[in-house]
Amino acid sequence: MKVLGSQAFWRGIVAIVVFLVLWEIGSRSKMWMAYEVFSPLREALGAMGFKKNYLPWVGAVPAPSGVVMAWVDVLGHAGYWQSWYMSFLRVIGGFAAAMLIGIPFGLMLAVNRVAHGIGFPTFEVLRPIPPLAWVPASIIFWPTQELAIMFITFLGAFYTIVINVVGGAKSIDVRYFHAAQSMGASRWDIFRRIVLPGTLPSIVVGSAVGMGITWEVVVAAEMISGGGSQMGGSGGGLGFFIWNSYVGGSYEQIVVGMISIGIAGFFSSELLRGFGSLLTPWLKVR
Amino acid sequence: MNDVHAAPATRGKILIDDVVKVYDPGGAAVMAVDHCNLEIEAGEICMIVGPSGCGKTTLLNAIAGFHDITSGRILMDGETLCSAEKPKAAPGPDRIVVFQNGALFPWRTNLENVIFGPVMQGKLTVADARDKGRAMMADAGLAGVEHNFPGEVSSGMRRRVEIVRALMNEPNVLLLDEPYRALDSLTKSVMHESLLEIYYKNRVTIFFITHDLEEAIFLGHRVAIMTTRPCRPKKVLTVDIPHPRDYGVLTSKRFRELIEETSEAVHEEARKAFDAGEKEG
Repeated sequence: MKVLGSQAFWRGIVAIVVFLVLWEIGSRSKMWMAYEVFSPLREALGAMGFKKNYLPWVGAVPAPSGVVMAWVDVLGHAGYWQSWYMSFLRVIGGFAAAMLIGIPFGLMLAVNRVAHGIGFPTFEVLRPIPPLAWVPASIIFWPTQELAIMFITFLGAFYTIVINVVGGAKSIDVRYFHAAQSMGASRWDIFRRIVLPGTLPSIVVGSAVGMGITWEVVVAAEMISGGGSQMGGSGGGLGFFIWNSYVGGSYEQIVVGMISIGIAGFFSSELLRGFGSLLTPWLKVR
Repeated sequence: MNDVHAAPATRGKILIDDVVKVYDPGGAAVMAVDHCNLEIEAGEICMIVGPSGCGKTTLLNAIAGFHDITSGRILMDGETLCSAEKPKAAPGPDRIVVFQNGALFPWRTNLENVIFGPVMQGKLTVADARDKGRAMMADAGLAGVEHNFPGEVSSGMRRRVEIVRALMNEPNVLLLDEPYRALDSLTKSVMHESLLEIYYKNRVTIFFITHDLEEAIFLGHRVAIMTTRPCRPKKVLTVDIPHPRDYGVLTSKRFRELIEETSEAVHEEARKAFDAGEKEG
Protein backbone atom coordinates (compact mmCIF):
# COMPACT_ATOMS: atom_id res chain seq x y z
CA MET A 1 0.00 0.00 0.00
CA LYS A 2 2.93 2.24 0.74
CA VAL A 3 4.03 1.86 -2.86
CA LEU A 4 0.67 3.05 -4.21
CA GLY A 5 0.85 6.32 -2.34
CA SER A 6 4.46 7.13 -3.11
CA GLN A 7 5.45 9.93 -5.43
CA ALA A 8 7.70 7.66 -7.45
CA PHE A 9 4.78 5.36 -8.20
CA TRP A 10 2.59 8.16 -9.49
CA ARG A 11 5.44 9.63 -11.47
CA GLY A 12 5.78 6.26 -13.19
CA ILE A 13 2.04 6.06 -13.91
CA VAL A 14 1.96 9.60 -15.29
CA ALA A 15 4.97 8.90 -17.50
CA ILE A 16 3.35 5.79 -18.95
CA VAL A 17 0.06 7.62 -19.57
CA VAL A 18 1.86 10.54 -21.24
CA PHE A 19 3.80 8.10 -23.39
CA LEU A 20 0.60 6.33 -24.48
CA VAL A 21 -1.15 9.59 -25.27
CA LEU A 22 1.76 10.85 -27.37
CA TRP A 23 1.91 7.54 -29.15
CA GLU A 24 -1.82 7.61 -29.88
CA ILE A 25 -1.62 11.19 -31.16
CA GLY A 26 1.49 10.47 -33.17
CA SER A 27 0.03 7.44 -34.82
CA ARG A 28 -3.36 9.00 -35.59
CA SER A 29 -2.21 12.39 -36.85
CA LYS A 30 -0.47 11.14 -39.92
CA MET A 31 -0.98 14.42 -41.68
CA TRP A 32 0.65 16.79 -39.23
CA MET A 33 3.74 17.14 -41.36
CA ALA A 34 1.69 18.52 -44.20
CA TYR A 35 2.09 22.00 -42.76
CA GLU A 36 4.32 24.22 -44.88
CA VAL A 37 6.73 24.96 -42.02
CA PHE A 38 7.81 21.33 -42.02
CA SER A 39 8.57 21.13 -45.72
CA PRO A 40 12.39 21.14 -45.33
CA LEU A 41 12.16 18.41 -42.69
CA ARG A 42 9.74 16.53 -44.92
CA GLU A 43 12.13 16.76 -47.83
CA ALA A 44 15.00 15.57 -45.70
CA LEU A 45 13.00 12.59 -44.45
CA GLY A 46 11.82 11.92 -47.96
CA ALA A 47 15.42 11.76 -49.08
CA MET A 48 16.00 9.11 -46.42
CA GLY A 49 13.22 7.03 -47.89
CA PHE A 50 10.37 7.85 -45.48
CA LYS A 51 6.90 8.57 -46.76
CA LYS A 52 6.49 12.32 -46.55
CA ASN A 53 3.22 12.61 -44.76
CA TYR A 54 3.66 11.15 -41.33
CA LEU A 55 5.83 11.18 -38.25
CA PRO A 56 8.40 8.62 -39.35
CA TRP A 57 9.07 6.97 -36.04
CA VAL A 58 5.51 6.68 -34.77
CA GLY A 59 3.16 7.18 -37.66
CA ALA A 60 3.79 3.76 -39.18
CA VAL A 61 3.23 2.01 -35.87
CA PRO A 62 -0.28 0.95 -34.89
CA ALA A 63 -1.95 3.16 -32.29
CA PRO A 64 -2.22 1.96 -28.69
CA SER A 65 -5.99 1.84 -28.95
CA GLY A 66 -5.65 -0.53 -31.89
CA VAL A 67 -3.12 -2.59 -29.97
CA VAL A 68 -5.47 -2.85 -27.00
CA MET A 69 -8.27 -4.00 -29.29
CA ALA A 70 -6.02 -6.62 -30.87
CA TRP A 71 -4.91 -7.67 -27.42
CA VAL A 72 -8.46 -8.09 -26.12
CA ASP A 73 -9.20 -10.12 -29.20
CA VAL A 74 -6.15 -12.31 -28.81
CA LEU A 75 -6.75 -12.94 -25.08
CA GLY A 76 -9.49 -15.32 -26.00
CA HIS A 77 -7.26 -17.39 -28.28
CA ALA A 78 -5.57 -20.43 -26.85
CA GLY A 79 -2.67 -19.91 -29.28
CA TYR A 80 -1.66 -16.68 -27.56
CA TRP A 81 -1.47 -18.34 -24.17
CA GLN A 82 0.28 -21.30 -25.71
CA SER A 83 2.92 -18.83 -26.94
CA TRP A 84 3.39 -17.52 -23.42
CA TYR A 85 3.61 -21.02 -22.06
CA MET A 86 6.12 -22.20 -24.66
CA SER A 87 8.41 -19.20 -24.21
CA PHE A 88 8.27 -19.49 -20.44
CA LEU A 89 9.06 -23.16 -20.60
CA ARG A 90 12.11 -22.50 -22.77
CA VAL A 91 13.28 -19.62 -20.63
CA ILE A 92 12.87 -21.51 -17.37
CA GLY A 93 14.41 -24.68 -18.76
CA GLY A 94 17.49 -22.92 -20.14
CA PHE A 95 17.81 -20.65 -17.15
CA ALA A 96 17.52 -23.42 -14.58
CA ALA A 97 20.15 -25.45 -16.43
CA ALA A 98 22.40 -22.37 -16.55
CA MET A 99 22.06 -21.90 -12.78
CA LEU A 100 22.55 -25.58 -12.00
CA ILE A 101 25.69 -25.84 -14.11
CA GLY A 102 26.92 -22.25 -14.02
CA ILE A 103 27.06 -21.67 -10.25
CA PRO A 104 29.10 -24.77 -9.35
CA PHE A 105 31.26 -24.30 -12.44
CA GLY A 106 31.94 -20.66 -11.56
CA LEU A 107 32.72 -21.50 -7.94
CA MET A 108 35.08 -24.23 -9.06
CA LEU A 109 36.90 -21.85 -11.39
CA ALA A 110 37.17 -19.33 -8.57
CA VAL A 111 38.48 -21.55 -5.79
CA ASN A 112 40.53 -24.15 -7.60
CA ARG A 113 43.61 -23.04 -9.47
CA VAL A 114 43.87 -26.27 -11.48
CA ALA A 115 40.21 -26.09 -12.52
CA HIS A 116 40.73 -22.47 -13.48
CA GLY A 117 43.74 -23.36 -15.59
CA ILE A 118 41.84 -26.10 -17.39
CA GLY A 119 38.39 -24.58 -17.69
CA PHE A 120 38.83 -20.86 -18.03
CA PRO A 121 40.62 -20.59 -21.40
CA THR A 122 38.03 -22.76 -23.16
CA PHE A 123 35.27 -20.84 -21.47
CA GLU A 124 36.74 -17.54 -22.57
CA VAL A 125 37.02 -18.67 -26.19
CA LEU A 126 33.41 -19.85 -26.27
CA ARG A 127 32.00 -16.86 -24.39
CA PRO A 128 32.30 -14.23 -27.14
CA ILE A 129 30.27 -16.39 -29.54
CA PRO A 130 26.77 -14.87 -29.44
CA PRO A 131 24.11 -17.41 -28.47
CA LEU A 132 22.31 -16.72 -31.75
CA ALA A 133 25.34 -17.88 -33.72
CA TRP A 134 24.74 -21.24 -32.08
CA VAL A 135 21.24 -21.64 -33.51
CA PRO A 136 22.09 -23.65 -36.65
CA ALA A 137 24.64 -25.83 -34.88
CA SER A 138 22.24 -26.33 -32.03
CA ILE A 139 19.42 -27.43 -34.33
CA ILE A 140 21.74 -29.95 -35.96
CA PHE A 141 23.07 -31.23 -32.68
CA TRP A 142 20.00 -31.55 -30.48
CA PRO A 143 17.44 -34.26 -31.31
CA THR A 144 14.41 -31.98 -30.91
CA GLN A 145 13.98 -28.36 -31.77
CA GLU A 146 12.68 -27.77 -28.25
CA LEU A 147 16.02 -28.82 -26.80
CA ALA A 148 17.82 -26.76 -29.42
CA ILE A 149 16.04 -23.58 -28.36
CA MET A 150 16.50 -24.37 -24.69
CA PHE A 151 20.20 -24.80 -25.30
CA ILE A 152 20.34 -21.32 -26.82
CA THR A 153 18.61 -19.78 -23.81
CA PHE A 154 20.91 -21.79 -21.58
CA LEU A 155 23.94 -20.23 -23.27
CA GLY A 156 22.45 -16.76 -22.90
CA ALA A 157 22.29 -17.05 -19.12
CA PHE A 158 25.23 -19.38 -18.55
CA TYR A 159 28.10 -17.05 -19.45
CA THR A 160 26.71 -14.17 -17.44
CA ILE A 161 26.14 -16.32 -14.39
CA VAL A 162 29.60 -17.90 -14.54
CA ILE A 163 31.38 -14.57 -15.04
CA ASN A 164 29.50 -13.05 -12.12
CA VAL A 165 30.17 -16.00 -9.84
CA VAL A 166 33.88 -16.04 -10.64
CA GLY A 167 34.17 -12.27 -10.24
CA GLY A 168 32.14 -12.27 -7.04
CA ALA A 169 34.11 -15.08 -5.42
CA LYS A 170 37.43 -13.55 -6.40
CA SER A 171 36.56 -10.15 -5.01
CA ILE A 172 35.86 -11.43 -1.49
CA ASP A 173 38.13 -9.50 0.85
CA VAL A 174 41.20 -11.50 1.90
CA ARG A 175 40.66 -10.30 5.47
CA TYR A 176 37.59 -12.55 5.73
CA PHE A 177 39.69 -15.56 4.80
CA HIS A 178 42.40 -14.57 7.24
CA ALA A 179 39.90 -14.02 10.04
CA ALA A 180 38.18 -17.34 9.38
CA GLN A 181 41.50 -19.18 9.21
CA SER A 182 42.64 -17.68 12.50
CA MET A 183 39.42 -18.75 14.15
CA GLY A 184 40.01 -22.34 13.15
CA ALA A 185 37.74 -22.72 10.13
CA SER A 186 38.53 -25.72 7.93
CA ARG A 187 38.76 -25.44 4.14
CA TRP A 188 35.21 -26.71 3.81
CA ASP A 189 33.99 -24.25 6.44
CA ILE A 190 35.70 -21.43 4.60
CA PHE A 191 34.01 -22.48 1.37
CA ARG A 192 30.60 -22.87 2.96
CA ARG A 193 30.64 -19.92 5.32
CA ILE A 194 32.81 -17.37 3.52
CA VAL A 195 33.00 -18.12 -0.20
CA LEU A 196 29.34 -19.08 -0.63
CA PRO A 197 27.68 -16.19 1.22
CA GLY A 198 30.34 -13.81 -0.08
CA THR A 199 29.47 -14.79 -3.65
CA LEU A 200 25.71 -14.80 -3.16
CA PRO A 201 25.16 -11.12 -4.05
CA SER A 202 26.99 -11.65 -7.35
CA ILE A 203 24.98 -14.81 -8.00
CA VAL A 204 21.78 -12.81 -7.56
CA VAL A 205 22.98 -10.02 -9.86
CA GLY A 206 24.25 -12.53 -12.42
CA SER A 207 20.95 -14.40 -12.45
CA ALA A 208 18.89 -11.24 -12.85
CA VAL A 209 21.03 -10.12 -15.78
CA GLY A 210 21.10 -13.66 -17.16
CA MET A 211 17.32 -13.87 -16.98
CA GLY A 212 17.08 -10.71 -19.10
CA ILE A 213 19.39 -12.24 -21.67
CA THR A 214 17.38 -15.49 -21.83
CA TRP A 215 14.32 -13.48 -22.86
CA GLU A 216 16.29 -11.63 -25.51
CA VAL A 217 17.64 -14.88 -26.81
CA VAL A 218 14.52 -17.03 -26.71
CA VAL A 219 12.59 -14.61 -28.89
CA ALA A 220 15.29 -14.49 -31.52
CA ALA A 221 15.77 -18.25 -31.40
CA GLU A 222 12.04 -18.79 -31.91
CA MET A 223 12.03 -16.42 -34.87
CA ILE A 224 14.99 -18.07 -36.54
CA SER A 225 13.94 -21.64 -35.94
CA GLY A 226 10.31 -21.06 -36.77
CA GLY A 227 9.23 -21.74 -33.24
CA GLY A 228 9.62 -25.45 -33.44
CA SER A 229 6.21 -25.88 -35.08
CA GLN A 230 7.26 -27.66 -38.20
CA MET A 231 9.42 -30.28 -36.52
CA GLY A 232 6.75 -31.73 -34.33
CA GLY A 233 7.27 -29.19 -31.58
CA SER A 234 4.17 -28.04 -29.82
CA GLY A 235 4.22 -24.52 -31.09
CA GLY A 236 5.42 -21.03 -31.43
CA GLY A 237 6.30 -19.04 -28.39
CA LEU A 238 6.10 -15.26 -28.19
CA GLY A 239 8.98 -14.72 -30.62
CA PHE A 240 7.22 -16.80 -33.22
CA PHE A 241 3.96 -15.04 -32.37
CA ILE A 242 5.58 -11.73 -33.37
CA TRP A 243 7.09 -13.15 -36.52
CA ASN A 244 3.85 -14.80 -37.51
CA SER A 245 1.94 -11.54 -36.98
CA TYR A 246 4.42 -9.78 -39.22
CA VAL A 247 4.11 -12.36 -41.93
CA GLY A 248 0.32 -12.30 -41.57
CA GLY A 249 0.25 -8.50 -41.79
CA SER A 250 -1.32 -7.96 -38.37
CA TYR A 251 0.74 -5.04 -37.16
CA GLU A 252 -1.25 -4.56 -33.98
CA GLN A 253 -0.42 -8.11 -32.95
CA ILE A 254 3.30 -7.43 -33.42
CA VAL A 255 3.08 -4.79 -30.72
CA VAL A 256 0.95 -7.07 -28.54
CA GLY A 257 3.73 -9.65 -28.76
CA MET A 258 6.42 -7.11 -28.01
CA ILE A 259 4.66 -5.78 -24.93
CA SER A 260 3.90 -9.31 -23.77
CA ILE A 261 7.61 -10.08 -23.82
CA GLY A 262 8.31 -6.85 -21.94
CA ILE A 263 5.84 -7.85 -19.26
CA ALA A 264 7.15 -11.41 -19.07
CA GLY A 265 10.74 -10.23 -18.76
CA PHE A 266 9.84 -7.63 -16.15
CA PHE A 267 8.03 -10.12 -13.95
CA SER A 268 10.74 -12.78 -14.20
CA SER A 269 13.42 -10.27 -13.24
CA GLU A 270 11.34 -8.83 -10.39
CA LEU A 271 10.65 -12.30 -9.10
CA LEU A 272 14.34 -13.13 -9.14
CA ARG A 273 15.26 -9.86 -7.49
CA GLY A 274 12.69 -10.40 -4.76
CA PHE A 275 13.94 -13.91 -4.17
CA GLY A 276 17.52 -12.66 -4.24
CA SER A 277 16.93 -10.03 -1.60
CA LEU A 278 15.42 -12.69 0.64
CA LEU A 279 18.66 -14.64 0.26
CA THR A 280 20.88 -11.63 1.00
CA PRO A 281 19.16 -9.81 3.87
CA TRP A 282 22.37 -8.09 4.95
CA LEU A 283 22.50 -6.02 1.78
CA LYS A 284 19.28 -4.19 2.56
CA VAL A 285 20.93 -2.23 5.35
CA ARG A 286 23.51 -0.48 3.27
CA MET B 1 36.85 1.07 36.37
CA ASN B 2 36.10 -0.64 39.66
CA ASP B 3 35.14 -3.98 38.21
CA VAL B 4 36.72 -7.16 39.40
CA HIS B 5 39.92 -7.46 37.46
CA ALA B 6 41.02 -10.70 35.97
CA ALA B 7 44.15 -12.43 37.18
CA PRO B 8 47.33 -11.42 35.35
CA ALA B 9 47.95 -13.30 32.14
CA THR B 10 50.44 -16.12 32.21
CA ARG B 11 50.44 -16.91 28.53
CA GLY B 12 51.02 -14.83 25.45
CA LYS B 13 54.63 -13.80 25.77
CA ILE B 14 55.93 -12.87 22.33
CA LEU B 15 59.59 -12.81 21.39
CA ILE B 16 60.54 -11.23 18.11
CA ASP B 17 64.09 -12.30 17.53
CA ASP B 18 66.15 -10.71 14.78
CA VAL B 19 63.32 -10.85 12.26
CA VAL B 20 63.97 -9.77 8.69
CA LYS B 21 61.38 -9.51 5.97
CA VAL B 22 62.35 -8.75 2.41
CA TYR B 23 59.60 -8.49 -0.19
CA ASP B 24 60.46 -9.85 -3.62
CA PRO B 25 64.02 -10.94 -2.70
CA GLY B 26 64.86 -11.89 -6.30
CA GLY B 27 63.71 -8.63 -7.81
CA ALA B 28 62.97 -5.30 -6.19
CA ALA B 29 64.13 -6.61 -2.79
CA VAL B 30 62.21 -4.19 -0.62
CA MET B 31 63.28 -4.56 2.99
CA ALA B 32 60.18 -4.15 5.14
CA VAL B 33 61.55 -5.34 8.47
CA ASP B 34 65.22 -5.14 9.35
CA HIS B 35 66.69 -7.23 12.17
CA CYS B 36 63.85 -6.39 14.47
CA ASN B 37 64.07 -7.40 18.15
CA LEU B 38 61.23 -6.95 20.57
CA GLU B 39 60.05 -8.83 23.62
CA ILE B 40 56.46 -8.51 24.76
CA GLU B 41 55.49 -9.78 28.19
CA ALA B 42 52.43 -11.90 28.80
CA GLY B 43 49.47 -9.64 29.40
CA GLU B 44 51.27 -6.54 28.29
CA ILE B 45 49.76 -3.87 26.07
CA CYS B 46 52.55 -3.13 23.65
CA MET B 47 51.91 -0.28 21.27
CA ILE B 48 53.74 -0.19 17.97
CA VAL B 49 53.98 3.34 16.63
CA GLY B 50 55.25 4.24 13.20
CA PRO B 51 54.28 6.12 10.10
CA SER B 52 51.94 4.49 7.60
CA GLY B 53 53.66 1.93 5.45
CA CYS B 54 56.67 1.57 7.73
CA GLY B 55 56.40 -2.21 7.86
CA LYS B 56 54.67 -2.66 11.19
CA THR B 57 51.74 -4.50 9.64
CA THR B 58 54.24 -6.90 8.08
CA LEU B 59 55.34 -7.77 11.59
CA LEU B 60 51.75 -8.31 12.70
CA ASN B 61 51.03 -10.52 9.71
CA ALA B 62 54.08 -12.62 10.52
CA ILE B 63 52.87 -13.19 14.09
CA ALA B 64 49.34 -13.96 12.90
CA GLY B 65 50.64 -16.36 10.25
CA PHE B 66 49.29 -14.55 7.20
CA HIS B 67 52.74 -13.84 5.73
CA ASP B 68 56.17 -15.39 5.96
CA ILE B 69 59.43 -13.94 7.22
CA THR B 70 62.80 -14.01 5.51
CA SER B 71 64.97 -14.77 8.51
CA GLY B 72 64.98 -14.59 12.31
CA ARG B 73 62.27 -16.13 14.42
CA ILE B 74 59.16 -15.36 16.40
CA LEU B 75 58.35 -17.29 19.55
CA MET B 76 55.22 -17.43 21.64
CA ASP B 77 55.67 -18.72 25.20
CA GLY B 78 58.95 -20.30 24.16
CA GLU B 79 57.50 -22.12 21.18
CA THR B 80 58.56 -21.21 17.67
CA LEU B 81 55.80 -19.70 15.58
CA CYS B 82 57.99 -19.08 12.59
CA SER B 83 61.67 -19.11 11.75
CA ALA B 84 63.98 -19.33 8.77
CA GLU B 85 63.16 -23.06 8.48
CA LYS B 86 59.40 -22.58 8.76
CA PRO B 87 58.93 -19.05 7.47
CA LYS B 88 55.14 -18.90 7.80
CA ALA B 89 53.40 -19.46 11.12
CA ALA B 90 50.14 -21.41 11.14
CA PRO B 91 47.23 -19.05 11.89
CA GLY B 92 45.40 -20.07 15.01
CA PRO B 93 42.83 -19.01 17.56
CA ASP B 94 45.57 -18.23 20.09
CA ARG B 95 46.49 -15.14 18.05
CA ILE B 96 43.51 -13.21 16.75
CA VAL B 97 43.74 -10.13 14.56
CA VAL B 98 41.37 -7.20 14.67
CA PHE B 99 41.78 -5.69 11.23
CA GLN B 100 42.25 -2.12 10.17
CA ASN B 101 38.94 -1.75 8.39
CA GLY B 102 37.22 -4.50 10.30
CA ALA B 103 36.60 -8.01 9.08
CA LEU B 104 33.24 -8.88 10.55
CA PHE B 105 31.42 -11.12 8.11
CA PRO B 106 28.71 -8.84 6.70
CA TRP B 107 26.39 -11.77 5.96
CA ARG B 108 26.27 -12.92 9.58
CA THR B 109 24.51 -11.09 12.38
CA ASN B 110 26.68 -9.68 15.14
CA LEU B 111 25.95 -12.64 17.41
CA GLU B 112 26.66 -15.15 14.63
CA ASN B 113 29.95 -13.37 14.06
CA VAL B 114 30.81 -13.53 17.73
CA ILE B 115 30.18 -17.28 17.99
CA PHE B 116 32.10 -18.14 14.82
CA GLY B 117 35.42 -19.03 16.47
CA PRO B 118 34.36 -21.39 19.27
CA VAL B 119 31.86 -23.16 17.00
CA MET B 120 34.40 -23.62 14.21
CA GLN B 121 36.93 -24.99 16.66
CA GLY B 122 34.32 -27.30 18.13
CA LYS B 123 34.96 -25.90 21.60
CA LEU B 124 31.34 -24.97 22.23
CA THR B 125 28.00 -26.08 20.86
CA VAL B 126 26.06 -23.43 18.99
CA ALA B 127 23.67 -23.01 21.92
CA ASP B 128 26.45 -22.64 24.49
CA ALA B 129 28.37 -20.29 22.23
CA ARG B 130 25.25 -18.15 21.86
CA ASP B 131 24.85 -17.92 25.63
CA LYS B 132 28.46 -16.99 26.10
CA GLY B 133 28.41 -14.59 23.17
CA ARG B 134 25.31 -12.82 24.49
CA ALA B 135 26.88 -12.44 27.90
CA MET B 136 30.13 -11.08 26.50
CA MET B 137 28.33 -8.71 24.18
CA ALA B 138 26.22 -7.41 27.06
CA ASP B 139 29.41 -6.95 29.04
CA ALA B 140 30.86 -4.84 26.25
CA GLY B 141 27.77 -2.66 26.03
CA LEU B 142 26.43 -4.43 22.97
CA ALA B 143 23.13 -5.72 24.33
CA GLY B 144 20.33 -5.21 21.81
CA VAL B 145 22.34 -5.45 18.60
CA GLU B 146 22.90 -9.21 18.68
CA HIS B 147 20.57 -9.86 15.79
CA ASN B 148 21.54 -6.89 13.69
CA PHE B 149 23.91 -7.23 10.82
CA PRO B 150 27.26 -5.45 11.24
CA GLY B 151 26.17 -3.02 8.52
CA GLU B 152 23.28 -1.91 10.69
CA VAL B 153 25.29 -0.63 13.65
CA SER B 154 27.78 2.22 14.07
CA SER B 155 31.42 1.74 13.20
CA GLY B 156 32.34 2.09 16.87
CA MET B 157 30.00 -0.75 17.76
CA ARG B 158 31.38 -2.86 14.92
CA ARG B 159 34.85 -2.54 16.38
CA ARG B 160 33.58 -3.63 19.77
CA VAL B 161 31.77 -6.60 18.22
CA GLU B 162 34.99 -7.56 16.50
CA ILE B 163 36.97 -7.40 19.72
CA VAL B 164 34.35 -9.53 21.44
CA ARG B 165 34.53 -11.99 18.53
CA ALA B 166 38.30 -12.11 18.99
CA LEU B 167 38.06 -12.65 22.76
CA MET B 168 35.53 -15.48 22.32
CA ASN B 169 38.47 -17.52 21.00
CA GLU B 170 40.25 -17.04 24.33
CA PRO B 171 43.40 -15.93 22.55
CA ASN B 172 46.74 -15.42 24.24
CA VAL B 173 47.48 -12.49 22.02
CA LEU B 174 45.23 -9.89 20.47
CA LEU B 175 46.74 -8.31 17.38
CA LEU B 176 45.16 -4.96 16.59
CA ASP B 177 46.03 -3.27 13.33
CA GLU B 178 45.05 0.39 13.65
CA PRO B 179 41.54 -0.66 14.61
CA TYR B 180 40.35 2.87 15.36
CA ARG B 181 41.90 4.58 12.39
CA ALA B 182 38.66 5.28 10.59
CA LEU B 183 36.80 6.52 13.67
CA ASP B 184 36.27 10.16 14.56
CA SER B 185 38.19 11.38 17.59
CA LEU B 186 35.18 11.43 19.94
CA THR B 187 34.21 7.85 19.14
CA LYS B 188 37.87 6.94 19.40
CA SER B 189 38.11 8.18 22.97
CA VAL B 190 35.08 6.11 23.94
CA MET B 191 36.61 3.10 22.20
CA HIS B 192 39.86 3.50 24.11
CA GLU B 193 38.14 3.38 27.45
CA SER B 194 36.00 0.47 26.41
CA LEU B 195 39.05 -1.43 25.15
CA LEU B 196 40.77 -0.91 28.50
CA GLU B 197 37.65 -2.03 30.32
CA ILE B 198 37.52 -5.19 28.22
CA TYR B 199 41.24 -5.68 28.80
CA TYR B 200 40.92 -5.43 32.57
CA LYS B 201 38.33 -8.20 32.47
CA ASN B 202 40.22 -10.42 30.02
CA ARG B 203 43.94 -10.12 30.50
CA VAL B 204 45.58 -10.91 27.20
CA THR B 205 48.71 -9.71 25.48
CA ILE B 206 47.86 -6.85 23.16
CA PHE B 207 50.00 -6.04 20.16
CA PHE B 208 48.51 -2.78 18.98
CA ILE B 209 49.62 -0.99 15.84
CA THR B 210 48.89 2.69 15.49
CA HIS B 211 50.32 5.90 14.14
CA ASP B 212 48.66 7.96 16.84
CA LEU B 213 51.15 8.71 19.60
CA GLU B 214 48.53 9.88 22.11
CA GLU B 215 46.56 6.69 21.62
CA ALA B 216 49.75 4.70 22.11
CA ILE B 217 50.77 6.37 25.35
CA PHE B 218 47.25 6.38 26.74
CA LEU B 219 46.74 2.66 26.22
CA GLY B 220 50.15 1.03 26.37
CA HIS B 221 52.38 -0.36 29.07
CA ARG B 222 55.14 0.17 26.59
CA VAL B 223 55.38 2.05 23.32
CA ALA B 224 57.76 0.91 20.62
CA ILE B 225 58.49 3.67 18.16
CA MET B 226 59.50 2.09 14.88
CA THR B 227 61.77 3.38 12.19
CA THR B 228 60.22 3.73 8.78
CA ARG B 229 61.10 1.17 6.12
CA PRO B 230 62.86 -0.95 7.03
CA CYS B 231 61.02 -1.31 10.28
CA ARG B 232 62.66 -1.90 13.67
CA PRO B 233 62.29 -0.36 17.12
CA LYS B 234 63.95 3.04 17.26
CA LYS B 235 63.01 3.73 20.85
CA VAL B 236 61.02 1.72 23.39
CA LEU B 237 59.26 3.81 25.98
CA THR B 238 57.90 2.43 29.24
CA VAL B 239 54.78 4.32 30.19
CA ASP B 240 54.99 4.68 33.96
CA ILE B 241 51.39 5.71 34.42
CA PRO B 242 49.68 2.97 36.46
CA HIS B 243 46.75 0.99 35.11
CA PRO B 244 43.75 1.10 35.38
CA ARG B 245 43.67 4.31 33.44
CA ASP B 246 40.83 6.53 32.39
CA TYR B 247 40.52 9.67 30.39
CA GLY B 248 41.84 11.81 33.24
CA VAL B 249 45.28 10.55 32.20
CA LEU B 250 45.16 12.59 29.02
CA THR B 251 45.37 15.86 30.89
CA SER B 252 47.94 14.69 33.43
CA LYS B 253 51.39 16.22 33.57
CA ARG B 254 53.18 12.90 33.18
CA PHE B 255 51.21 12.11 30.00
CA ARG B 256 52.24 15.42 28.47
CA GLU B 257 55.86 14.85 29.45
CA LEU B 258 55.88 11.44 27.78
CA ILE B 259 54.38 12.88 24.63
CA GLU B 260 57.07 15.52 24.54
CA GLU B 261 59.78 12.96 25.15
CA THR B 262 58.73 10.87 22.19
CA SER B 263 57.06 13.12 19.67
CA GLU B 264 60.35 14.19 18.14
CA ALA B 265 61.38 10.61 17.41
CA VAL B 266 57.98 9.92 15.84
CA HIS B 267 58.03 13.11 13.84
CA GLU B 268 61.48 12.34 12.52
CA GLU B 269 60.33 8.97 11.17
CA ALA B 270 57.17 10.46 9.72
CA ARG B 271 59.29 13.02 7.90
CA LYS B 272 61.51 10.27 6.52
CA ALA B 273 58.50 8.25 5.38
CA PHE B 274 56.99 11.33 3.77
CA ASP B 275 60.20 12.15 1.93
CA ALA B 276 60.49 8.57 0.73
CA GLY B 277 56.92 8.87 -0.56
CA GLU B 278 55.71 5.70 1.12
CA LYS B 279 52.28 4.57 0.16
CA GLU B 280 49.53 4.46 2.77
CA GLY B 281 48.80 1.10 4.30
